[in-house]
Amino acid sequence: MINRKKILPYLLVSPYVIHFILFVAFPVGFSIVLTFHKWNIISPMEFTGLNNYIRLFNDKTFLKSMGNTIIFLLIHIPLQIIFALFLAEILNQNIKLRGVFRGAFFLPVIVSGVVVTILWQQLYGYDTGLLNRLLIMIGLDKVGWLTDPNIAMASIAVMATWKNVGLYIVLFLVGLQTVPTQYYEAADLEGATHTQKFFKITLPMINPTIFMVMILSTIGGFSLFIEPYIMTGGGPLNSTVSAVLYIYKQGFFYYHMGYAATLGLFFAFIILAVIMIQKKFIEKDH
Amino acid sequence: MASIAPENEIGSLTLAPTSLTLNSYSQMVDKIPIGGAFINSLIVASSITIGVLVFGSMIGYALSKLVFKGRNLIFYIIIFTMTLPFQITLIPQYIIMVKFGWIDTYWALIVPYLINALSIIMFRQYFKSIPDSLIDAARLDGCNELQIIFRILWPNSMPAIVTIGIITFMASWNEVLWPLIVIRDESLMTMPQLVTLFAVGGRADSQLGVKLASAVMLALPIVIAYLFFQKYFIQSMASTGIKE
Repeated sequence: MINRKKILPYLLVSPYVIHFILFVAFPVGFSIVLTFHKWNIISPMEFTGLNNYIRLFNDKTFLKSMGNTIIFLLIHIPLQIIFALFLAEILNQNIKLRGVFRGAFFLPVIVSGVVVTILWQQLYGYDTGLLNRLLIMIGLDKVGWLTDPNIAMASIAVMATWKNVGLYIVLFLVGLQTVPTQYYEAADLEGATHTQKFFKITLPMINPTIFMVMILSTIGGFSLFIEPYIMTGGGPLNSTVSAVLYIYKQGFFYYHMGYAATLGLFFAFIILAVIMIQKKFIEKDH
Repeated sequence: MASIAPENEIGSLTLAPTSLTLNSYSQMVDKIPIGGAFINSLIVASSITIGVLVFGSMIGYALSKLVFKGRNLIFYIIIFTMTLPFQITLIPQYIIMVKFGWIDTYWALIVPYLINALSIIMFRQYFKSIPDSLIDAARLDGCNELQIIFRILWPNSMPAIVTIGIITFMASWNEVLWPLIVIRDESLMTMPQLVTLFAVGGRADSQLGVKLASAVMLALPIVIAYLFFQKYFIQSMASTGIKE
């Protein structure tokens, strides 16, 4: 009986331990081994030393995918914070139909990225897209939303912002409600303007939420896959190749398992590094 | 209540020349095995959700209510895995599926997702708020540990179960990268995968109506669930965001 009681907790956590070894610990270890090898799964593994790492830094498409991700994040993160915060501020003002608006903004969050991408393709299309037809209607030139290499990544960043804004509105609403109303009342007595109250009280108080939005958006940017996969296939001129899309291409299109694993390992490090830098930056700000 | 606005959103975006008539839907059924994909998605998402709830509550229970050596170690490992970017395990996990002979089987779609770190942490957190006296009383009545988890703790943890259930089902239903990697047999494809391949593969060609119809089919189950349980969806998603 005493023995059974001792074993029981281990029985309960054993599925986790098995899962961890099989799908986390072993893969991480194996991926490090893979980075020193060339392997297409079928023929035997071939040890190539640091070749994959050397190749990484000379690979124009890899550098391009890094650049694309940075462009995506530079557009997506500020846009996401500004829009979500702006809409949350409005919805926080006890307006009519608040629940309806919140519910509507949240819908794209729960729907598959595949659906959102297919719908936005109809917006961004060059000849029949809704946006270009509007531009022509008001007498302007058509824009290559997905065909111009200088614009395509920005178009995807705007779409991603639209998809996620509902989630961040809700997070900001939670954050806004934690600001004590006395602060605003005191500010009112001092005769502070709405803008002053926003920058002096609201913004510093919801800093943790902003940090969270930054981290979630960063992870999202490095996980970007299905949007460019469907919309552009990474083109034009590799201008929308994302980190995951490039791993996918190397791994499951060319079957360069060793090189794809090197890419995966490298991107994972970069994600963690970027998040740490953001954390430092925000903490210093406080 | 919120049905009007979301419908308008979708409506304004699909103001394309082809209108959505039933014609598009019947063409879609002819062109791609959408019915089979629907069943596949349902089987996969349901299995994962049940697995995550059962295993998550078992592990969460051990970590919150039982005392044993190595408990903290396991807890820290779980926290650590939550911060691990998936990009690092993607390639080796695929190789494991190949070695197991699981490519083009339900196993590949389901088994890697049966255990989820976030759900364990959420169960652990919730069970901590349930008084030990309830569990002690159940033990005195002769309940074994599994009965305690499923007969005593589950009925008292409905908010946690609903939250974890919704997030897990939604994430599995919408998952598309992993199916694209491990499934090549069209009859085993999940819905997002099939719709994606249809959209990029040129089979949709100029038939915008059919493409949009397949997108609507993919969105519909989640949207319907959302209309009924909107409050829970928003709370669930917000709580995961806050916990990360």
